[in-house]
Amino acid sequence: MFRNQYDSDTTVWSPQGRLFQVEYAMEAVKQGSATVGLKSRDYAALIALCRTSKEAEDSPNSPLQRKIMPVDAHMGMSIAGLTADARIVCQHLRSECMSFRHSYDTDYPVQRLVTNLGIKLQATTQRYNRRPFGVGMLIAGYDEKGTHIFQVMPSANVFNCKAMAIGSRSQSARTYLERHLDSFMDSTKQDLICHGIQAIRGALGNQDSSEFTINVAIVGKDEPFKIFNETENQIYFEIAKTMGNPVTSDAEDARSIGGMIDMMDDMLEHGPSGSGSGPALDTDEESNAGLEPRPQ
Amino acid sequence: MWSSNIYRFRQPLWPGDAYDFNADPLQHTHKLPLEYTTPGPFGTKHSTAAITTGSSVIGIRFDKGVMMAADTLVSYGSLARYQNMERIFMINNNILFGGCGDFADIQSIIRGIEQKIVEDQCNGDDIEMKPKALGQWMTRVLYDRRTQMNPLLVDVVLGGLDVQGKPYLANVDLRGRSHDDFVIATGFARHLTIPFIRSAKPKDRDFNMDEAHEMIKRSMQILYYRDTRNNSQYTLGVCSPKNCGIEGPYQVAENWSYAAGIKGY
Repeated sequence: MFRNQYDSDTTVWSPQGRLFQVEYAMEAVKQGSATVGLKSRDYAALIALCRTSKEAEDSPNSPLQRKIMPVDAHMGMSIAGLTADARIVCQHLRSECMSFRHSYDTDYPVQRLVTNLGIKLQATTQRYNRRPFGVGMLIAGYDEKGTHIFQVMPSANVFNCKAMAIGSRSQSARTYLERHLDSFMDSTKQDLICHGIQAIRGALGNQDSSEFTINVAIVGKDEPFKIFNETENQIYFEIAKTMGNPVTSDAEDARSIGGMIDMMDDMLEHGPSGSGSGPALDTDEESNAGLEPRPQ
Repeated sequence: MWSSNIYRFRQPLWPGDAYDFNADPLQHTHKLPLEYTTPGPFGTKHSTAAITTGSSVIGIRFDKGVMMAADTLVSYGSLARYQNMERIFMINNNILFGGCGDFADIQSIIRGIEQKIVEDQCNGDDIEMKPKALGQWMTRVLYDRRTQMNPLLVDVVLGGLDVQGKPYLANVDLRGRSHDDFVIATGFARHLTIPFIRSAKPKDRDFNMDEAHEMIKRSMQILYYRDTRNNSQYTLGVCSPKNCGIEGPYQVAENWSYAAGIKGY
């Protein structure tokens, strides 16, 4: 994507019918580290890859929790992108849930809340004095209609998903989820979490895994939203490791549905070129290290 | 004619508008002055008396659902004015609503609830409101009105099938007090019928549907004999897994034959 004369304002259309500011906001999501959401009949799980902080790992405001945010007893979300924007959205969802519970003494149906969120986010893509929220969210919930995973993007698109992964290097996670999609509905809680961990290990690629921690959260039938602590994370991680090495080859990723879409997007931007511009998997994180604020 | 307004007075917008002498002539809002809106001994008294009233409502929870009955009379003081009014309402497939007290307030509440049902349907996701949720909402509304010193003068019985088909029956009154129980009665029925229903309840199980029906029939009979603001006709609402609806109107089985033997009265 390159600069052009139609990208200075959210309210400017390009001649091809694109809103560039909204698309740039989607890029912010790809800067954040990966996160995966998947659901079975009774449980919905969120798995996030958090960057380990070298200092103060045991502090109360543990930076490890910044990716997954509880919203209510029946709902939580994990984010990829600008943490500050995510906090605003999370606060809005929490206050909506609280207000609903005060009036009706019951869980806010997840689909309705997420639809209203989409309507609220759309306003930011249509006003000259606002910008889209630079955060993509995976919202996991359980209500009388069963389990839900919703993907909400800065474009204010809301998708109801069986499983989804967003963030940087998430294509290999999506490939893994696609391959095992049929087994999720009837999975046990343990199998579901292990599938999620395997999916997100794909997103690590060949990177040094000590730089990242895998965080897991679950919600479901008779199970209020809960983020696992260190010990529980470790238990599931060990079980998942016995399921084998999930890292897929770039070629396999390219053949998957998501990989094809990424390749077509790249060709639209850079033109058909034979010189090594494959799916946009690699962001050069070392060179971004000095820049603030750091998306999670 | 109206264009030469040299005194810059606000023009009347509708017939009778010119007689609002207390209004600020340069203002276009139609707010009443504070003397007319502040509650208290020297200000306005929001009506502290109900005008047209419905009498008691009885609700009984049985093993599979709830049953609710109210007579069909709405009185205007001591005048038996509207003799064919249904005071039990079916809200949706899960909820029955019975209203006692000022009947205009009941109708206003029902209109508000019907709005909520329409909003539910507009979502198109097949999620129907449950009785507990509606009960909580009613409590909030009635409590808020009482706090504003402008109560809805009603006593409401709400019942139906909650999550997983569990029967639920509750009462909310004009102060915003609410409780749920296996028998709920408002008005005179609270004094005349609750004692005998409570003593008839088996200790180890719920009522079944026939027992509940018998209790209701006996209650309506007692109320017709003893409460002077009742008539002999009543409607019955039933909410069970098989169906939810209003039946009736039924007639109370009245027996005045003993009157012939009364002398010296």
